Amino acid sequence: MTGNEPVVAAEGIVVGYGGRPVLHGVTLRVTAGEVVAVLGANGSGKSTLIKSVLGLLSPRGGEVRLFGTPQRRFRDWYRIGYVPQRLDAGGGVPATVREVVASGRLARRGFLRGLLGGGAADREAVSAALVDVGLTQRANDPVSTLSGGQQQRVLIARALAGRPDLLVLDEPTAGVDAASQEAFASALRRFVSRGGTVLLVAHELGPLAPLVSRAVVVHHGNIVHDGQVPEPVGHHAGPHHDHVHPHAPYDRPGIWGAP
Amino acid sequence: MNLFAYDFMIRALIGATVTGLAAPAIGIYLVQRRLSLIGDGLGHVALTGVGLGLLTHNSPTIAAVVVAALGAVAVELVRERGKASGDVALAILFYGGISGGVVLVNLSSAQSSRSLTSYLFGSPLTTSPGDIVVIGVLGAIVLAVALLLRPWLFAVCHDEEYARVSGLPIRLLNITLAVTTAVTVTAAMRAVGLLLVSALMVVPVATAQQVTRGFNATMYLAMALGVGASVVGLSVSSQLDTAPGATIVLLAIASFVAVTLLAGVVRRARPRQSVPGPPADAEPPEVLLDR
Ligand SMILES: Nc1ncnc2c1ncn2[C@@H]1O[C@H](COP(=O)(O)OP(=O)(O)OP(=O)(O)O)[C@@H](O)[C@H]1O
Ligand SMILES: [Mg+2]
Repeated sequence: MTGNEPVVAAEGIVVGYGGRPVLHGVTLRVTAGEVVAVLGANGSGKSTLIKSVLGLLSPRGGEVRLFGTPQRRFRDWYRIGYVPQRLDAGGGVPATVREVVASGRLARRGFLRGLLGGGAADREAVSAALVDVGLTQRANDPVSTLSGGQQQRVLIARALAGRPDLLVLDEPTAGVDAASQEAFASALRRFVSRGGTVLLVAHELGPLAPLVSRAVVVHHGNIVHDGQVPEPVGHHAGPHHDHVHPHAPYDRPGIWGAP
Repeated sequence: MNLFAYDFMIRALIGATVTGLAAPAIGIYLVQRRLSLIGDGLGHVALTGVGLGLLTHNSPTIAAVVVAALGAVAVELVRERGKASGDVALAILFYGGISGGVVLVNLSSAQSSRSLTSYLFGSPLTTSPGDIVVIGVLGAIVLAVALLLRPWLFAVCHDEEYARVSGLPIRLLNITLAVTTAVTVTAAMRAVGLLLVSALMVVPVATAQQVTRGFNATMYLAMALGVGASVVGLSVSSQLDTAPGATIVLLAIASFVAVTLLAGVVRRARPRQSVPGPPADAEPPEVLLDR
């Protein structure tokens, strides 16, 4: 891979479920060290975009490259940490927080070494990830006994445990309270300062806003804004009152037309 | 009666122990995935293998492994598609499997006094020395897969999408799990029978998770409970002269009921027993007020 390849490059991807296209030729590039936020209304195609980037959905047009390698031939999955958009961290059998977070190490774990049980490096990375999300005390509790926001933090810890170069997060702060969002923002800041790259979906950036270097707004499966972070909600009284609401504006793409 | 005075009893106990260990060890992954009834379906399919083996004068056990493994792969392919029609496809496979098995076993019934019911409901006391070798080998395979591949199988059963993004060989792991389930069904055929094996894969897991907090702990406790139910059930059935397979399963269910009731009593007695530790970052009070 060449030095200046983007970490993520989706070039004109067309993605649909069944017959109906959801993304109509979307181009998204993320370069190393960037923190890119994908914004947009419910159903606009944000998760679809993320899943296509990760190869969970296959585009029927266009191309995805990860770290310069075409998605189909990409093998260095340990470089990517994924936080899915869902609060179903459970299953039919109880699993402790530590057990779930430990599966974040598997991409890094060779098969033979893995057979002999997790090494010290694995245990250490899992503990560090738990500290990052403030769940050390709950490490041995069943995930199902945690609140929704805490379960979301378990999934974030799982992604951090693999020590990835790129974090892909689909609404990581949905349902996470303000204090935990602050904690998550500082974890993310540490991650970025170590040279990490972030692609995240969010409705409200909240304390993440200062970290975000670029915002991309998806509207009905097209990218209608790519540039500066829109003014955060809650500044209605401010002089530069742009009237940016988390949902409504994205249904009026006109205001995003000019940078 | 001294249980260990007879070779056939010792063989029966060995078979029951292996079954009791192996069935919950693999069953926990099916429970994790909320596919508890798949083992039952594969038991139905395995009967066709038994029939084929008897009819062609081959080992019914080996034939059952092969046919059940093919059925397991078919089940996995249907599951992978995730289609609603898959449900009906599985029903057809399972009922086709058992009716095909019944017809074939009856066709071959000239030589088999060891008839249909012994395959459907088990007959541990007729375990031959050859059977014990086969059960031992199959049980060892099941335990090796369930224990050694645990981190990967756990990841795939817990969150398949995440496992895919971790670059794990999803399809290989799923097929391995499916085929190992088929092997378990066949290994347990002698002890509890094809219609009851699923109970031994699921019930000890359900019992264990009443009192455990994690996946690994649940697995070990379920294996211990499985062995306990099998060995005690077999002994009880030989004392009372009841059907061994059904006695083992009833015992497993009885301990499920007992543990569930006890856990409920304990929980009521100490309602605030597990006070969660304070979050590392204390929440300012206004956060709570905001919501
Ligand atoms: N599995 C699916 N099958 C069929 N259609 C789907 C599926 N998942 C999403 N869609 C459709 O694709 C469109 C985009 O969905 P997507 O999940 O990408 O939205 P989103 O922007 O992530 O929304 P949210 O903010 O609610 O998470 C929606 O119209 C949705 O109905
Ligand atoms: Mg979404």
